[in-house]
Amino acid sequence: MGKASSSSTAQDALALFDSFRSAYSATPTTLKIIDLYIGFAVSTALIQVVYMALVGSFPFNSFLSGVLSCVGTAVLAVCLRIQVNKENKEFKDLAPERAFADFVLCNVVLHLVIMNFLG
Amino acid sequence: MASGSLGGFLVLVLAVSICHAAASVFHPISDSHRSAAAELFAPVDGSFGSLEEAYEALRSFEVLGINKKSDIRTTTCQSVVEKLRSSSSAPKYLFYALKVNGILECTVINEVFEGIASRLKTNVNGASSLLEFYYSIGSLVLIKDQSPEVDVLLADAGGVFHSIKSLSQSDGRWRFSSDNPEASTYAAGLALEALSGVIELASSEVDQSKIGTLKSDILKLFDSIEKYDDGTIYFDEKVVDLREHQSPLSTTASVIRGLTAFATVTSGNIKIPGDKILGLAKFFLGIGIPGNAKDFFNQIDSLASLESNKVPIPLVLSLPATVLSLTKKDQLQVKVNTVLGSSAPPLTVKLVKAFSSGSKAASKIASQELKFDKESGSHFLDVLPESIDVGSYTFVFEVVLHDSEEENVYATGGSTQVQIFITGVIKIENAEIAVLDSDIGSIETQKKLDLARGSTVSLSANHLQKLRLSFQLTTPSGHAFKPHQVFLKLTHETKVEHIFVVGISGQKFEKILDFLGLVEKFYYLSGSYDIQLTVGDAVMENSFLRAIGQIDLDLPEAPEKASRPPSPAVDPYSKYGPKAEITHIFRVPEKRPSQELSLVFLGLVLLPLIGFFIGLLRLGVNLKNFPTSAVPATFGILFHVGIAAVLLLYVLFWLKLDLFTTLKTLGLLGAFLLFVGHRILSHLASTSSKLKSA
Repeated sequence: MGKASSSSTAQDALALFDSFRSAYSATPTTLKIIDLYIGFAVSTALIQVVYMALVGSFPFNSFLSGVLSCVGTAVLAVCLRIQVNKENKEFKDLAPERAFADFVLCNVVLHLVIMNFLG
Repeated sequence: MASGSLGGFLVLVLAVSICHAAASVFHPISDSHRSAAAELFAPVDGSFGSLEEAYEALRSFEVLGINKKSDIRTTTCQSVVEKLRSSSSAPKYLFYALKVNGILECTVINEVFEGIASRLKTNVNGASSLLEFYYSIGSLVLIKDQSPEVDVLLADAGGVFHSIKSLSQSDGRWRFSSDNPEASTYAAGLALEALSGVIELASSEVDQSKIGTLKSDILKLFDSIEKYDDGTIYFDEKVVDLREHQSPLSTTASVIRGLTAFATVTSGNIKIPGDKILGLAKFFLGIGIPGNAKDFFNQIDSLASLESNKVPIPLVLSLPATVLSLTKKDQLQVKVNTVLGSSAPPLTVKLVKAFSSGSKAASKIASQELKFDKESGSHFLDVLPESIDVGSYTFVFEVVLHDSEEENVYATGGSTQVQIFITGVIKIENAEIAVLDSDIGSIETQKKLDLARGSTVSLSANHLQKLRLSFQLTTPSGHAFKPHQVFLKLTHETKVEHIFVVGISGQKFEKILDFLGLVEKFYYLSGSYDIQLTVGDAVMENSFLRAIGQIDLDLPEAPEKASRPPSPAVDPYSKYGPKAEITHIFRVPEKRPSQELSLVFLGLVLLPLIGFFIGLLRLGVNLKNFPTSAVPATFGILFHVGIAAVLLLYVLFWLKLDLFTTLKTLGLLGAFLLFVGHRILSHLASTSSKLKSA
């Protein structure tokens, strides 16, 4: 009984995953690129956190700026994705180029602060 | 420790008082000068650096009677002959070469002298500066002395005299040349020597009126003389910042050389007062033994000039000892010598007056003559007069020459004042220490003290009693003696000190300590006190600082408000000792991870980036959307370059730039980026909207 239920759960999960993949393949390439970029930023942040957990937080400002740089740029990328996505009726009037300009500007400001904080 | 420092202080006070008083005794040149000369004028490898130095050394040796000619004769004569033969030698070098030759008497043939003489004569006629005249004329005079056959006489002596005299000033000083307005006393000495040379070399007699004006110049020069209180006089430059500034010593030496040269050629009919000459002699003797060769030469040469019988020969009165002990019955000895230490003509020394240094009161003694001892060559007084007791005195001596004719030859300077200390062993009598009962004054305990040997007593007292210390001091001649310093010191076990001045009452020194009035000053500290007595004076041979015993004081308990005893004094010498070592505490450096681990994580951090690129490839990303026409493509490229430039600027900011530079540059880059970004993005937007509408 238990075995059957567990296998059914696994099958359910598998089915869910499959439906997610098929749905995601319909997503435009532009958004996929942004998703990839977010994944890259978050995993870099994670590696730094692991490193910090291993060796200690001595140059704490350097650690913070490294992680915040990744998280910050990821958040900005999420914002970009929301604005660029055509499904979002809220930002219908907003040109994707304008959204990209915002993204670039915010990154410039963010990284100026990060560099200042890096030490 | 404290008593040691007090003792040191007393010694210092005594030393200072003695040094201050012992001025104005001038000793003639002695053997210490001779040994100093041998050290100062040491030739290197048998020769001196220059002929000028060689002359100074040889002249000093000659005056002091040291025979060292043979040591340096060969090499020095060689360079003398070389200088004399060379036709290009300047007058200055010829002058010193001839001076050295005058002492060493090297072999020089007459033709050489004749050649130099004719050259120098042309030099003299064409000379314009004082130094040219000085060296040329000086050399001619030297040739005249060394080789009488050579013709050195000046045809136009009057003209040369006039051109040197034209450099003089109305105050007796001279200028070095006509285009140099600064006058100097040193130059006056050189000029006098040169003019004396002109008078000596003149083929016909020089006008007496010219010599007369020169005499009045010399007397004017003496008007500007500098003076010390003890009768020392000297010449100094009026303007200190002359280009060729000379010290008072060389200035005075130069004037004396000129003066004696002038006195020689005018057969000594210039009248310089004897006390001026004596004052100058005192100036040269007063500097002791100079530390450098030039000063030494100036001193010795000038003293020799003074003694050369061209001006009154100064006689110096000196005392072998100015501290005389009454107890040891020291004799008062006086020596009279010439400045170079040779013996004086027959004379009598009188002790005219003697008065205590403090008071300018009447003389303590009647005038008396000193006896003369032929063997030691000194004048002495067998016994000091009765009226002279211990103390410091000013003795006034007078030197009287036996032959009154010689008074023009010698300068004795009239009376000489000398400060003399008469010391003696002071007798200490009736020394006793007693503890008295306060109310009736009856004696509780009384003890005799032997201050000469240093016995110690032990006493005890309470706050209702008094301590009395008394003693008498008498000089060898039986008078009461009052030393400079009489102190009584009580030191508690805890090093708290109290010092009292012991006053004199009548014939007796007495100090009464009333403990009732002193309890507060003593900080209510009961217990044992060490008693120390200090009696000191410069003329007291047995000055002492001695512990005379202890007193056990029983003082009442301190009330609450009583002041606390001061903390013990810090040892004054400790501030010269080593300081405590300072240890610097630094922050311990943070623990750093191993380098390998950090490098591994650097690689790990790059992995997502690689993953990102792989992902982009799998998604099939392309640059097809990149504008193809020229203008937008340029803007596109510039946009990316601009972003790269901003990122590069951030890297530089991290590495070395400061915030202000970065922000300035960022402003420029940002404006550029805004412009190109706007152009490319609006281009893209318009193309995409066209695409949509199509």
